[in-house]
Amino acid sequence: MKILVCISHVPDTTSKINFTNGDTEFDTNGVQFVINPNDEFGLTRAIWFQEQQGAHVTVLNVGGAETEPTLRKALAIGANDAIRINTNPTDGFAVAAQIAEVCKQNNYDLIICGKESLDYNGGMVPGMLAAMLGYNFVNSCIDLKVEGTQATTAREIDGGKEIASCSLPLVVGGQKGLVEEKDLRIPNMRGIMTARTKPLQVMEPSGADNKTKAVKFEKPAPKSAVKLVDANNLDQLIDLLHNEAKVL
Amino acid sequence: MSVLVYAESNDGKLKKVALEAASYAKKVADMLQTTVTAVTVNANDTDVLGNYGVSKVLKVNASWNDFNANAVAKILHQAAVKENSSVVILPGTTDAMYLAPIATVALQASFASNVVALPESTTPFVVKRTAFSNKAFNFTQLDAAVKVLCIAKNAFGLHEDAVAISTEDFSVEVSASDLGVKVQNVEKTTGKVTIADAEVVVSGGRGLKGPENWGMLEELAQTLGAATACSKPVSDLGWRPHSEHVGQTGKPVATNLYIAIGISGAIQHIAGINSSKVKVVINSDPEAPFFKVADYGIVGDAFDIVPRLTQKIKEFKMQNA
Repeated sequence: MKILVCISHVPDTTSKINFTNGDTEFDTNGVQFVINPNDEFGLTRAIWFQEQQGAHVTVLNVGGAETEPTLRKALAIGANDAIRINTNPTDGFAVAAQIAEVCKQNNYDLIICGKESLDYNGGMVPGMLAAMLGYNFVNSCIDLKVEGTQATTAREIDGGKEIASCSLPLVVGGQKGLVEEKDLRIPNMRGIMTARTKPLQVMEPSGADNKTKAVKFEKPAPKSAVKLVDANNLDQLIDLLHNEAKVL
Repeated sequence: MSVLVYAESNDGKLKKVALEAASYAKKVADMLQTTVTAVTVNANDTDVLGNYGVSKVLKVNASWNDFNANAVAKILHQAAVKENSSVVILPGTTDAMYLAPIATVALQASFASNVVALPESTTPFVVKRTAFSNKAFNFTQLDAAVKVLCIAKNAFGLHEDAVAISTEDFSVEVSASDLGVKVQNVEKTTGKVTIADAEVVVSGGRGLKGPENWGMLEELAQTLGAATACSKPVSDLGWRPHSEHVGQTGKPVATNLYIAIGISGAIQHIAGINSSKVKVVINSDPEAPFFKVADYGIVGDAFDIVPRLTQKIKEFKMQNA
């Protein structure tokens, strides 16, 4: 089984978000970048398939040279090889089109993406990729098993989950549940050393058109201070929720 | 040339988010000086859409029961072609977010999710959306001829604007390859308010000390007609199911009222719940970061406060029933 895991290079979840250049660009100054958490669950599941079912795992990122440490981390976690498509990812449609080109050349059986990245939260790349390739697609995927050419999936739905089956090739938009938090791996020294020599192929982008453009950013307006209510005066809280906030 | 809206339903009944999406579509249609057409799949109560500005309903009576993203995407695609729509509006639900990117590819459209306000302008077409997990807003310009938008829940609200409504049956041929993903089984908890549908969410953190103490939280939730949720450590510890984990890597919450009990307010948690309108925190530590983002706070022992608060709310509901 050939698996492609698409990863995004995103600010660490604890990052403070600031903008620069007249609020038109994300300020990367002092920001630590990590593998997008939704993608990391998928990567860890892919490594499970590698260890248990002999799968070959390729990781892919669309981004500039500065994103290579993130790909190397994925290699250190256990991916066999990596591809970087050398272009700045500014539009989900174009990113999906770039990945689709690579998939057409390589015939992956399974393509695992995170259901959304934690920077732009577009949530569009996996579905677009599946549509461009004409592959089966399961979004918000929280469980994934493969036997031969058949996959069984669980999808998170409001108030529960939906179990489905389909044939490969398959694209999933993954999230926590593909593996649990405790199953995530911190690369060990041996992994880090071997990752240095694993193949990382840099590909130049195909000519996909952007269909959107981020024109500016804005930070939320500062919040007014919290109103503290005395623990012995809960009537005041009821009154505030009813008369002021009008939510009760 | 009308604005198209996907009016999502569940068990034959339109969801509230469908009416919210319709309200949004009507305002966009006003900006573009056109009308709104809705697409429904297996919904019965479609006439109510007229109250929210929908002039025409394309009603699909599908032969399948389980949701299928490819099939609904195809319906939306063909409806958009038939109506010559340049703007297609969907809610931001799990199912809509599943199908919208597929429809976007079919329409060679521009797509924006988590949209929180009306377009800033229509030429160029620019919308405001949340990004960086609610830590910021992003203004996105959609350049393709067709624009597909998913509207964030509870951001725009319901706006009544009654118009005359007509209904026509609409059918779309769905091929076997569209139905490649076959639903085997749906496991749903019944009788409980889900986080996605809830107007109020009561959420607990590690401050509650153990899963055995969730009874008082559930009672408060029941009194308020609320869904229960929890912080990440609580779900990681296995005190509560993962489906209740809210935050940056869990479920997003955009309710009218969010009550956080014994949750300190890590930045990842706040990111996930920040779209909620009113936030109340109950925590024994006055230095807990949650107090910085909450609207109302009580410093004190949850085990003392929560049962008394439940009682007070019960009394309030009785008086105002």
